[in-house]
Amino acid sequence: MSTDTVQYLLRLGDNALVLSHRLSEWCGKGPALEEDMALANTALDLLGQARHWLSYAGELEGAGRDEDALAYWRDDRAFRNLLLVERPNGSYADTMVRQFFFDAWHHLALQKLCRSADERIAGIAGKAIKEVEYHLRRSSDLVVRLGDGTAHSQQIMQLAVDELWPYTGEMFESDRVDEVAVSAGLGFDPAALREPWLMYVQEVLSEATLRTPPIGAFMQRGGKQGRHTEALSYLLGEMQSLQHAYPGAQW
Amino acid sequence: MRKEWPLWEVFIRSQHGLAHKHVGSLHASDAEMAINHARDVYTRRNEGVSIWVVRSVDVVASSPDEKAPLFEPANSKVYRHPTFFPMPDEIKHM
Repeated sequence: MSTDTVQYLLRLGDNALVLSHRLSEWCGKGPALEEDMALANTALDLLGQARHWLSYAGELEGAGRDEDALAYWRDDRAFRNLLLVERPNGSYADTMVRQFFFDAWHHLALQKLCRSADERIAGIAGKAIKEVEYHLRRSSDLVVRLGDGTAHSQQIMQLAVDELWPYTGEMFESDRVDEVAVSAGLGFDPAALREPWLMYVQEVLSEATLRTPPIGAFMQRGGKQGRHTEALSYLLGEMQSLQHAYPGAQW
Repeated sequence: MRKEWPLWEVFIRSQHGLAHKHVGSLHASDAEMAINHARDVYTRRNEGVSIWVVRSVDVVASSPDEKAPLFEPANSKVYRHPTFFPMPDEIKHM
């Protein structure tokens, strides 16, 4: 099995792992007990998915790295997640808009992966999509509530949308790793998700009385290839600190 | 924010065929959010197949002062309990 497939799986796993960690940072600080638990549930769902993807990546790599080695012993340059998911939590508006943009993409991506020629990939996607369906329902609902809420909530939601928008373009760009996955029937063409993603996002944003930023706007890129913002380094610093202080520590 | 969200009572049905059971309460701004919150707070360990939510203000409760007239007459009327019938093993949830 090629290293391209390992890279492909690392991208899926790192998206889930990094976003899971971001959401876990809210634990105990949510705006209401119910929201706090809902974010923790989402974080745990994503962590479970990350474990499946990273375990599989480790097996295919064949270098003896398991899910923990991949999560705790890689530097930021070796992470393959989208820049979007490493963005700092900011306010609850920032967190929900980030979640909404990602969930809308994640749901489409998993739909495609359910039909992967690789049974293991199809199986992981089939299990994950049920969780992600709920994530998307929840984040869409909150985007509408906060957008179409008070004048103040609408204003900070619009700011969050505008600020995170440049991080959405990367979800639809392909490189060699994507092309190899497509030709092997393992994965999907990212560009094919753009239209359905845009349609859904525009529909929800307009219901939320929020403006969709220009489609052709400047977009950030690089996360999928390991070129990250400094936000990821701080996140990893915290996430990996225990394993680095006590290598091999277990529950 | 918290103060503006009304309180809801949550009822979960754990299996088909059983009745919904009161499990607790939560805050939410409307019915849809109450269902989502109930799912997130009370069904995390695979507890449910169905959720009901009811606004707490819509629940009409008996008054503790009425305890004697309401409940005491039922004391010491053992003949009202169907305990004299043998129960077949196949009958569950009685």
